[in-house]
Formats: sequence, C-alpha cells, structure tokens
Amino acid sequence: MAMLEIKDLEVYYGMIQAIKGISFEVNEGEVIALIGANGAGKTTTLHTISGLITPKKGTVTFEGKEITKVPAHKIVSLGMAHVPEGRRVFASLSVFQNLKLGAYTRNSKDEIEESLKMVYARFPRLEERKNQLAGTLSGGEQQMLAMGRALMSNPRIILMDEPSMGLSPIFVNEIFDIIKQVSAGGTTVLLVEQNAKKALSIADRGYVLETGKIVLSGKAEELLNDESVKKAYLGE
Amino acid sequence: MSFVSYLLNGISLGSVYAIIALGYTMVYGIAKMLNFAHGDVIMIGSYVVFVAVNRTGLPVPVSILLSAAVCTILGVVIERVAYKPLRHASKLAVLITAIGVSYFLQNVALLIFGADTKAFSSVVSMKPIQLADGQLNISGETIVTVAACIVIMVCLMAFIKYSKAGHAMLAVSEDGGAAQLMGINVNGTIALTFAIGSALAAVAGVLLCSTYPSLTPYTGAMPGIKAFVAAVFGGIGSIPGAFIGGILLGVIEILGKAYISSQLADAIVFSVLIIVLVVKPTGLLGKQIQEKV
Repeated sequence: MAMLEIKDLEVYYGMIQAIKGISFEVNEGEVIALIGANGAGKTTTLHTISGLITPKKGTVTFEGKEITKVPAHKIVSLGMAHVPEGRRVFASLSVFQNLKLGAYTRNSKDEIEESLKMVYARFPRLEERKNQLAGTLSGGEQQMLAMGRALMSNPRIILMDEPSMGLSPIFVNEIFDIIKQVSAGGTTVLLVEQNAKKALSIADRGYVLETGKIVLSGKAEELLNDESVKKAYLGE
Repeated sequence: MSFVSYLLNGISLGSVYAIIALGYTMVYGIAKMLNFAHGDVIMIGSYVVFVAVNRTGLPVPVSILLSAAVCTILGVVIERVAYKPLRHASKLAVLITAIGVSYFLQNVALLIFGADTKAFSSVVSMKPIQLADGQLNISGETIVTVAACIVIMVCLMAFIKYSKAGHAMLAVSEDGGAAQLMGINVNGTIALTFAIGSALAAVAGVLLCSTYPSLTPYTGAMPGIKAFVAAVFGGIGSIPGAFIGGILLGVIEILGKAYISSQLADAIVFSVLIIVLVVKPTGLLGKQIQEKV
C-alpha cells in the first residue's frame, strides 16, 4: 500500500476548477516530482494534501488513514511536514525560534534537542546564524531554514513547494543536494518544482500536471527522455 | 507641586489606556482586525463589578474575578459569533461588524441597566500617600492602577516570550498560514487572544471606574477610542508600544486639560495622533520588517 494516496481529487476556487480529478501515489522512501507550468495546480495539490484547502471531491489517504478533511494544524503531528512556496519563514523571529516552532507539536524536550542537532548538522549555516532574525537571511538561507523547520517535526513525509524558486544557481544545487540527503535519511519526499530537469534528476518517479490534470507519469529517467516533456519543460 | 500631581494623574489614566490598548494591539497583531467593541467590553466588565459589589455585596476580589470571567467569555463568544465567520471576508466587513457589536453591547447595557448614571464605588481601599509635607497627595487608586498596569505588562511579555501559547501567538501574528503548517491551531490562538484581551478589559474597567466613578452604557466608548489611539501611537501590534502609547496619551490628556484647555483636551489628544502618524506612520515602536527575496 502506498504511503500517500491521492484519489480523484477535485478542487475549486469559487467557481473555477483548479484540480480536475487527479490521482497519484507516493510510496515510502520515494522522491516524487510533481512538475508542470505555472497555474497547473501543483501548489493547490500540496495545499489540499496538507489540509490548507478542502477538496470538493476525492480523498487523501496517508498511511492508511483518510485525512481529506483533517485541518492543517492536525496533520503535522501525523508525520507530514510542508515546506511552503516562498519559504514563509517567520521573518521577525530568530532562526532558533523558527526551528523551535517547527517542533511545535512535539513535547519531549530531549527529542526536540536531538532534532535540532540533526538540523544544525545538516545546515551548519543555520547554527552559525541561530540568533539572527530570519528576515535578514539570504533567500537560499531562508530556504534552508524553511526545510530545517519542517524537519524539526520529525516527519515521515515532507512536501516541498518550489524549493529552488528565486535562488542563485549555486544555492539551487545545494538545495537539491540537501533534498537528496533528506531522502537518504529515510524521509519520503513529494517535490513540486518548475525546474523540471533538476527535480526529475533526483526523483524516482514523476507526474506531469497540466491545467489541473495529470497528463503523464512514469519513472523519472523515462520522463527526462520523453520527447513531449523535453519540449515543454526541459527547454530542449 | 501641582505639575507633579497632574503628571501622576496622567500616568494613572495612561495606565488604564495602556491596559485597554494591550487588548487592541494583541487582537490586531494576531487577528489583523480592529475590535472596536473592545471599549464596550470594559463597560460590561464595570457593570458586572458594580452589580456584584453594590447590589449583591460580594467581596471586591471575587467581584473582579467574576467580571474578568464574564468578559473573557464575552470576548470569546463575540469572536466566535461575529468575527470568525468573517475570517476570509474583506477588512471593511470585519470593521463594520466590530462597530455593530459595539452598538449592540451599548444597547444591551442600556436595556438591562438603564440610561441613568450609576455611582461606582471605588474598589481600592488603600489610603492615599502624602509626600512633601502634605503638598503632594497620591491616591490609592493611582498607586494600584499604575502597579496593576506594570504587573500586567511584565506578565504578558513573559507569557509571550516563554510560553508555548505565546510562541504560537508570535507565529500566527506573522503568518497564519505558515503557523498552521507548524501544527498551530490558528482559530484557537485567536480565541485565546480575545480571551486575554477581554480579561484585561475587565481589569481596566474596574480601575477606570474607581478613579472616575460614573458608570453609563457609554462609559467604555471614549476610553476605548483613546486606547485605540494609544495603540496606534505606540505602534499597533507592539506590546511595549501599547504601554508607552497609553502612558503618553494619559499624560498629554491631563496636562492638556490642566494647562491648555479642559474642553480642548480630547482635540489635543487626537492632534497628537495625527502628528505622530504623519511623522512616523508605524507609530513610535512599530517596525516595518524588510523582507529579503
């Protein structure tokens, strides 16, 4: 059974249908890339999974439990973390405070301390800047903070929305390296990206989303070599 | 000596404004709305103490606790019934609703207690302190009011800095959506903010009516507006800002009354607000955070 199963999902914004009945699944340990152009419904899909939006139809099942109507704040403690688009770090709070908020649903001080050490080990730059206000970090550092903050809840699956957006090429490579490490550390990853090439290069499988529908799916390397994908998303 | 005495009166009145302004500023900071019914919660709280002490003869501390409890429940109910359904509505809709709630509370009080002015008897039994050979007289009300304001202030700041619920408030005030993704119950946090603000309103009402002992259904409206000015003055959303704004406003009002004109005192207060907003639109302690992209 898949770890995360999305079935016949339909999402509306008022009268406008953003997601037109999509189904896909994420198995434990996988890195799944959800690619597509602007407005294809990638972010809406992630928001629906993590409970920020309630779909009109369809179900989201996580580890055998239906979570379609579970509110966002209750989903974190089930083992799912969401790194939102645009990072959304708490700009007026320190790096340390941001990380602490990531562990908001956890109670054991020792475990939180352990996660903090793990995050600092993965992102040494965050430790160097732990007392700095998050709003003063560079874009790449904010992305690291957003990822570190999500890892502080000790998730079994992490949803990432456009982690490379607006970053310099050096940071983009670094962020994708980190995603690989997170995955190697045993966390399942559902990755939404406009940078299709990068996303598919680290993914196991991928889905191509076009105006609210999945038009193509398959192994990441197959998608990388698919002519239509190449044309539409890889700029080749 | 009269200057010092005016100054103390101003600080005392300012402390009341500060306590009310805390309610405004916290609710604004977290729910991003101006709760114009906040002043009327003060009035309801004062009536509760009035009835409890003067009519049923309950001891003062019990009456104040009762009033705080009533206001807390009232605040949470108002939020749940009037504001929560408008969470995603336009700001104007919320603002108009808040004004509507304000009139509603005033008229409910009018219906229950009548329009006549009630003589509120001070809940402070402390003797005045005489200084400088009796030339300076500090009333018990002044001392209790200022002390209460400082204690509330310190407790509130410690609560936000050290408690988990306080951290949740900080997160929600900055980005409600991201806070939800941390597992923070945003609606719960907003309700808690209303509860705290309203409990403070009850305390402010008691202190206000102990110093200025006439109680009518409109008692809360003007201090409510002034406290709002104080909150904006200090930088809305900032807790120390509410404190400083409140104290300054009280001092300006009393000194204006004493030395310029008692009729123009309110005009002076609002002029100061306009000047501050022109010079520093974010208020004294308000800050604009530059976000890096």
